[in-house]
Amino acid sequence: MCLAIPGKILSITDEDDDLLRTARVSFGGIVKEISLAGVPEAKLGDYVIVHAGFALAQLDEQEAQQVFTTLRQMEQ
Amino acid sequence: MTDDINTVIEPGLVRPVIEPALVCPAPINQHSQILLAHGGGGRLMQQLLDTVFLPAFANPLLNARHDSAVIEFGTTRLAFTTDSYVVQPLFFPGGDIGSLAVNGTINDLAMCGARPLFLSAGFIIEEGLPMETLQRVVTSMRHAAHAAGVTIVTGDTKVVDKGKGDGLFINTAGIGIIEHTLRIAPGTVQSGDAILLSGDIGRHGIAIMAMREGLNFESTIESDCAALAAPVLELIQAGIDIHCLRDLTRGGLAAALIEIAEAACLQIDIEESLIPVVQEVQGACELLGLDPLHVANEGRFVAFIPAGQVNQTLDILRRHPLGQEACLIGHAQHGTAGRVTLQTRIGVQRIVDRLSGEQLPRIC
Amino acid sequence: MKFVDEYRDKDAAARMAAVIAQVTTRPWTIMEICGGQTHAIVKYGVDQLLPDAITLVHGPGCPVCVTPVELIDKALEIAALPEVIFCSFGDMLRVPGSHRDLLTVKANGGDVRIVYAPLDAVKLAQRHPEKQVVFFAVGFETTAPATALAVLQASRLNITNFSMLVAHVCVPPAIVTILSAQHNQVQGFLAAGHVCTVMGYTEYEPLAQRYRTPIIVTGFEPLDILHGIYLCVKQLEEGRASVENQYARAVRREGSGEAQQLITEVFEVTPRQWRGLGAIADSGLGLRERYAGFDALRRFGAAASGATTPTECISGLVLQGIKKPQECPAFGKRCTPEQPLGAPMVSSEGACAAYYRYRRQPPHSRPTLQETNP
Repeated sequence: MCLAIPGKILSITDEDDDLLRTARVSFGGIVKEISLAGVPEAKLGDYVIVHAGFALAQLDEQEAQQVFTTLRQMEQ
Repeated sequence: MTDDINTVIEPGLVRPVIEPALVCPAPINQHSQILLAHGGGGRLMQQLLDTVFLPAFANPLLNARHDSAVIEFGTTRLAFTTDSYVVQPLFFPGGDIGSLAVNGTINDLAMCGARPLFLSAGFIIEEGLPMETLQRVVTSMRHAAHAAGVTIVTGDTKVVDKGKGDGLFINTAGIGIIEHTLRIAPGTVQSGDAILLSGDIGRHGIAIMAMREGLNFESTIESDCAALAAPVLELIQAGIDIHCLRDLTRGGLAAALIEIAEAACLQIDIEESLIPVVQEVQGACELLGLDPLHVANEGRFVAFIPAGQVNQTLDILRRHPLGQEACLIGHAQHGTAGRVTLQTRIGVQRIVDRLSGEQLPRIC
Repeated sequence: MKFVDEYRDKDAAARMAAVIAQVTTRPWTIMEICGGQTHAIVKYGVDQLLPDAITLVHGPGCPVCVTPVELIDKALEIAALPEVIFCSFGDMLRVPGSHRDLLTVKANGGDVRIVYAPLDAVKLAQRHPEKQVVFFAVGFETTAPATALAVLQASRLNITNFSMLVAHVCVPPAIVTILSAQHNQVQGFLAAGHVCTVMGYTEYEPLAQRYRTPIIVTGFEPLDILHGIYLCVKQLEEGRASVENQYARAVRREGSGEAQQLITEVFEVTPRQWRGLGAIADSGLGLRERYAGFDALRRFGAAASGATTPTECISGLVLQGIKKPQECPAFGKRCTPEQPLGAPMVSSEGACAAYYRYRRQPPHSRPTLQETNP
């Protein structure tokens, strides 16, 4: 279920209403207009994970390294 | 071996090409109507060929199932092919229906190693098409033909009622001359042959998809639409012992390799990490849940050549503007006939399957 | 692509597999609930890196697969109406109802369109005021915020020619159904990371305790899945059963308050029929009364009931992880992606379709072909 992929926020529309806020999000150079209604904190340059035109969550750079850190620890 | 192109087979000896039970689990009579997927280059289209067209027209030339038929007149060998173009939109980044119609037919000839010479062009025009649109398409065809050194020598025009066509359909047929003695066909592929790919895949399909209502996205991807005769003829001139060529169109790299593996009765093994895909094509594929292996191309081909000639072939291809990204992607081997395997990015081998029909974007 | 390619690294995957092999001492059966994970597992061959002792079974997490036949029949009926533009995600187009699918309706002149996002359907309705635009809202809690937003926007913009055929389903009730089944063989779960970006994982905590089953919130890339399996096996080996979050780069424990609010504003929990599993209480989402004006079932009449799934199909057992796709007598013979008998063969995320595409024996070689080559 629920194909969702990470993309980078290139620009954000100027909207007072959080529900109508959208961003141009780049997926490896492919750009789509994506709703930011689910991630009101998201800023320019942030990575968000997107499903069906809707940003579900912001990606956490630090947590993203966790898999590799754990892997190194487990191998010791 | 009876698959010599020069051998004449008496009509009575020609067997039905395929026993349906061996090919597809689902008999065609389960679809009482033609679906769009029957034209998608996938399994349904294969069924249509196997159960409708090939049985009806069976003859040795057709049964070869090559991009072009190779016809002999005395010592002269000609390649002859036809193709129809129904692309929407008519104009897309990197090309239009006109350049596509010219290049596509040139490529079908080139994949037999033929030098393309003459084309025909048939236009089916829907009432109401702006004259300026037709003019642009025709101009584009003239440029494409000129660039590839072919001449459009005959044509036809039909106009259908408004609503009975989608603006403009074009059919092109082409004739080329074969100036070498190679037998470039799936039947010539041998175990151990190297498989070279002329460039990155998926551009045409994604460029078209970017413009579709409901999917549309911003991208700078242009179709790879191009005439491939020049690099192929250079390879032949350099003495490369080409065993088989295939341009990648609908159904993508996957469909082309599966067809060759089946026709050659060999197994083909390729490696995912060796297949070039530009980041934008990857991005679009991730977004829509598509596999670049199945996405359409209009200016890429695979070449099956002896393993000993890989470096020489890559040198020649990479010098050519259409082959700068040329690379080795895998090999043919005895293995299981008709099977194509992919070593995935994480190092596991899996089967590459033909799609049912058109690849549909998936979301959930 | 950042946050994608690094999780497909061959070397890291092999190392993670080695670590899994190290901690595994006994046979374990683990279910990934999500169809997207099933697809990734089979596409990349993740399971082939695992020790033999670990069996992966595939859960009911393909919303396209579990949409009941009655609702699909209704969709087909609506899509065939001349005044309707019927919008759907691409994977729904091949899913068969009782007699046909959306592709067939399209072949007969129905205006069926693929959209990427529910909001695209709202835009279509704005552009075509003379038409009725209907969106087929399938999906789990991941998709529900996007469809809820579409309803809210249509409501604010006063778009009256837009409606939705809602088939939303929820994950936790399906987990309970599987765990409480008499023949349950699942010992650990990989929970779907994307659902959890919205819902968080507090709902799973009592389930892990009550059924003494580890539940690992897991991402979708090969390395994520391997990591999720590692965490699950480790718990099983140590006799623990708790919820762990492998997908912390995207998932927080509480999920997304904003997305949950959208869902609650527009939808309410309803009973839902699951294709292959049957009726599950409180497992669906339906439009609240205040948005009933956007309900396609009200606008076009309720769905008929009583449509049946072919009896030969064992999809119910496959979806519960009791049988593997190849164990079905119809698999690859009478049931193929072209002519699916059951739900998991229809979507590319369905377990049967994934096995058919990547695991099936290839077609027999065709000696006749070579012999007839001129």
